[in-house]
Amino acid sequence: MIQNLADGVLTGSIISLGAIGLTLIMHMLRFANFSYAELLGIGAYTALVFDKLLAVLFPALTGKIGSLTLTGTLALSVLLAMVVAGASAVVIDALVFKRIRAKADALSMVFASFGVALILRNVITLMFGQKAQLYSNDIAFAIVVSRDPLLLIKPDQVFVLVAALVLMGGLHLVLTRTTFGFALRAVAENPVLAQVSGVRLSRIVTSIWLIGGALSAAAGVFYALTNHLSPAMGHNFVLPVFAATIVGGIGSVYGAVLGGFIVGIASGLALLVLPSGYIPAMPFLIILFVLMLRPHGLFGEDQG
Amino acid sequence: MIGLISYLAFFATMAGILAIAVLGLNLQWGQTGLFNGGVVAFFGAGAYGTMLLGGPPEPGQFGGFALPYVVALFGGILIAGVVAWIVGLLTLRLRHDYLAIATFGVAVAFENVTRNADWLTGGARGLRGFPRPLEAAIGDTFLYGLFFLGLVLAVLLVVYLGLERLVTSPYGRVLRAIREDEVSARSVGKNPTRLRLEAFVIGSMIMGAAGGLYVSFYAFVSPQDLAPILTFQIWAMLIVGGAGNNRGAILGAFLIWGAWTLSGFTLSRFAPDAMQLYTGSIQYILIGVVIVGMLMWRPQGLLPERVTKTIHQKGAKKGSVIINKEVI
Repeated sequence: MIQNLADGVLTGSIISLGAIGLTLIMHMLRFANFSYAELLGIGAYTALVFDKLLAVLFPALTGKIGSLTLTGTLALSVLLAMVVAGASAVVIDALVFKRIRAKADALSMVFASFGVALILRNVITLMFGQKAQLYSNDIAFAIVVSRDPLLLIKPDQVFVLVAALVLMGGLHLVLTRTTFGFALRAVAENPVLAQVSGVRLSRIVTSIWLIGGALSAAAGVFYALTNHLSPAMGHNFVLPVFAATIVGGIGSVYGAVLGGFIVGIASGLALLVLPSGYIPAMPFLIILFVLMLRPHGLFGEDQG
Repeated sequence: MIGLISYLAFFATMAGILAIAVLGLNLQWGQTGLFNGGVVAFFGAGAYGTMLLGGPPEPGQFGGFALPYVVALFGGILIAGVVAWIVGLLTLRLRHDYLAIATFGVAVAFENVTRNADWLTGGARGLRGFPRPLEAAIGDTFLYGLFFLGLVLAVLLVVYLGLERLVTSPYGRVLRAIREDEVSARSVGKNPTRLRLEAFVIGSMIMGAAGGLYVSFYAFVSPQDLAPILTFQIWAMLIVGGAGNNRGAILGAFLIWGAWTLSGFTLSRFAPDAMQLYTGSIQYILIGVVIVGMLMWRPQGLLPERVTKTIHQKGAKKGSVIINKEVI
């Protein structure tokens, strides 16, 4: 019970990171982006590449940090992967979505996003193989926090939760304390009025792709660090991140964070009553539940 | 020669079954503007439904009611319709892309159930032994292949003619009106939510029919047959053929299925051994490129939607033509 809750909180923090950019994109570009979760995969695999590369260039950094399996090179790689994933999100938008936006309706964008997801996922498969991989083959020893009820927590998991919260806190500060944050929130609230006030919409859209891509990359690495890397990981996160955005209300960053934790914890607790094979469908049940009770989510507004 | 003909019949049977599913999707997406992200689930509901109702009884396994073929097929279609009705009821009055997310969720949930609910779906090994209609009466495998192709083409023709009739009827006009401008449609007293739900359910039932035919063709169904890629293949067929055009939908089905089969054959024949594990990935990328490329460069497809004309026989002058929609 306690173990399921702890695991759920951890998964929740990863889903939250993945959902923040998605909710903004869905709100502003008004389309459900099914390729968004692939950014988690891009981030995780980019970090893998940089980790191997840095280990050759700076052998001094390959030591583990504390009792984590996280090494100095991997820590640096996370930052680089965030940059790469953010840039890929911008590039994909410029190559595909911007062009389709210009001449077709929102549903064509949804179609296209499925196509983009299919391409990205299989390019990753071709490059890295279908097998699951790990950043480090060392065994991550779990710490027994309590024996009755049994609660095991790995140091990596604590690190991931803290790092995810730090990233969210950082985003909160940017949103509430900087001119850029005000502009971003203004656009989310009322794009026309924001433009009249001198906010350039295209620049905000680009920065949302960057932020979203970077946070997703972090989420991808955190997932891979506590589980494993596989080409299907993006696909497996599609439904959870959508569920988080719908629970929180499309367009609400704080809603997405809360939604992510709700989805993570609910999926963790569902393991108590459901066989694990059904857990991937849990976010779908949450979506149906929310649509029945509160179709616009916890913090969402009626968009018609 | 017999070998070639029987292979072509096999190919055309499969393409015909998929064409039926594409026609169902065309009613949803092409005519009504509804996004179905889980085609495979409705196809699969029809397939598993037909199997459960018409399959042979097996110990420890739910289903196997061994009902007559036609009853089983219609039962499968009905099950696909019920699933669509529930999902549609919950999502169709909301933002358009909620339907996309919910139907995608249906596909994930459906896959979970087919893989895990052993008592119902046989789990990963699937369900087998479906009695193919009239197989005993015909006997010869070659002739039976041709017979089944005829059956599939007949169903395809019926669905095509039915949908063509629907498209040119006032009902089809209202569906397109909703797709183009929901507010105007509502202002003249139409109920978009109800009509959307109807179109969604009918389209899904057509997909269910395709699934039912699929299971009666292979006499076998398992989660491997219903991989998520099926949804993408069926979309690619509609986008390439031309959304909104029923003939385009059929053309797209045969073209894409041909390209898929050919690329699979070429890759398995000529790709180096080390790459053989990954030929599937290459094919998936091709499907993705087809979807994205068509949307970018020719979103109307090979056969674009035709301008429909309605000839008013009463009230208007003889021969006067009212063009109700201008789509190039």
